[in-house]
Amino acid sequence: MIKSGFEAIVMGASAGGLEALHTILAALPAHFAVPLLIVQHMSPHSDNLLAEVLNRHSRIVVKEAEEKEIPQPGIAYIAPPDYHLMVEADRTLSLSREERVNFSRPAIDVLFETAAEAYGDKLIGVVLTGANADGSLGLQAIKKFGGTCVVQDPLTAVASRMPQAAIASTKVDYVVPLVEIGPLMQGLLEGKRG
Amino acid sequence: MEELENQNIEIRLLLEAIFQKYGYDFRNYSMAHLKRRISRRQLLDNFTSISEMTHRLIHDADFFDRLLLDLSINVTEMFRDPSFFKAIRAEVVTFLKTYPFIKVWVAGCSSGEEVYSLAILLREEGLYDRVQIYATDFNQIVLEKAKKGIYAIDRIKVYTENYQKSGGQRSFADYYSARYDSVLMAADLRERVVFADHNLVTDGVFGQMHMIVCRNVIIYFDRQLQKKVVNLFMESLIDGGFLCMGQKENLAFSEYFDQLLLLNEKEKIFQKKYLPGDRSQNE
Ligand SMILES: C[S@@+](CC[C@H](N)C(=O)[O-])C[C@H]1O[C@@H](n2cnc3c(N)ncnc32)[C@H](O)[C@@H]1O
Repeated sequence: MIKSGFEAIVMGASAGGLEALHTILAALPAHFAVPLLIVQHMSPHSDNLLAEVLNRHSRIVVKEAEEKEIPQPGIAYIAPPDYHLMVEADRTLSLSREERVNFSRPAIDVLFETAAEAYGDKLIGVVLTGANADGSLGLQAIKKFGGTCVVQDPLTAVASRMPQAAIASTKVDYVVPLVEIGPLMQGLLEGKRG
Repeated sequence: MEELENQNIEIRLLLEAIFQKYGYDFRNYSMAHLKRRISRRQLLDNFTSISEMTHRLIHDADFFDRLLLDLSINVTEMFRDPSFFKAIRAEVVTFLKTYPFIKVWVAGCSSGEEVYSLAILLREEGLYDRVQIYATDFNQIVLEKAKKGIYAIDRIKVYTENYQKSGGQRSFADYYSARYDSVLMAADLRERVVFADHNLVTDGVFGQMHMIVCRNVIIYFDRQLQKKVVNLFMESLIDGGFLCMGQKENLAFSEYFDQLLLLNEKEKIFQKKYLPGDRSQNE
């Protein structure tokens, strides 16, 4: 297997995201080579069930992100409801309850921008279905630091606005249908595409 | 990337300038968090560089006040995380009732919403007459707001819902009077509260507390500083006293973790264990 240099994947989803995340995560093998950090927009009062539900249907471990945690390969970390998820320069995770960004807490831009600085060109950013423009600035930051940008094909998205906005604002590397995102991520990690 | 490294140097110099000039020590706060706040201020005030901001804050105390507000996330609400207050009613109040006098420290109280919430709870539980609440923050501007107890009326709907979810026993409207676009909290809710300036990083122990509430404050600190602050809390608590942290603030990292009993995992309510065989105070 050819080793790519990638060290993490960040994903952001809003309306229709549960189904999209489920499709992607279920396609991944248990020994996935990098950690996944995920923001899914949700109501601040929602129960912390998202990670549990996704975990039940995936081979990789899906859990809620905890502050100061060091992300491990093969584990997907979900931002808790009502907290922003950030990556520190030393690649530990931080949580924050500062103001909403794009009317959201957690916000995709907050995760992507901090991860872009922490991982540089070793990062893959993925924008999925959603009805707002969160994630666009974040994807720009990932591009700026040399990372690889993936966007769900808006035609396969429950809500197309978020992927459309991401495509409009950044020269993204891949626009692919939902079912191909999981396989694409694996291909990128194995260095088969680039 | 060189640009990034340069920016990090500039931020460290800015924090150093704040510390030397004003005594506030942000050097062990979460860097990702500080960076976002500083960049935001840079954008709002059109600074061409962070170094330019550093120069400004050294020479302009009013500007520093603004920056302090940026850096010390003051976001709060009444009965924030209602399930926490419900747990206090269900699991802590019975213990507190065994004391003739109760001292409560609310550390990082911001503009006071959490303090009024606790005062309401303690009153409804019949404990208010014997309680002394110390509400502290290192930011004078929010402390002044807390003392006044005046809040925007458009938040009241959310606060009322929170209050009800927290196990509130009355009508929330009993606790404030509305005036134009704001509400004034009832004066007796302030009667047993002392608001005071206290910096968790640089100031000392606050003695013999029965309960310490510090939520959504140390989440912005690095591990080293978190440890230091938890030590401060342990030294400020009586044996059997309660330590209440934010829902996502675990204390497993603390060297004192084995001296704490986890009463409620989700709400992060801890009780300081009684030292076995320690009778020294009675001798
Ligand atoms: C997000 S607010 C939390 C308010 C309230 N406890 C709550 O949970 O809603 C954080 C507060 O901590 C204060 N704070 C931050 N660092 C502090 C320090 N070193 N010493 C004292 N207060 C501090 C800030 O000024 C701010 O008001």
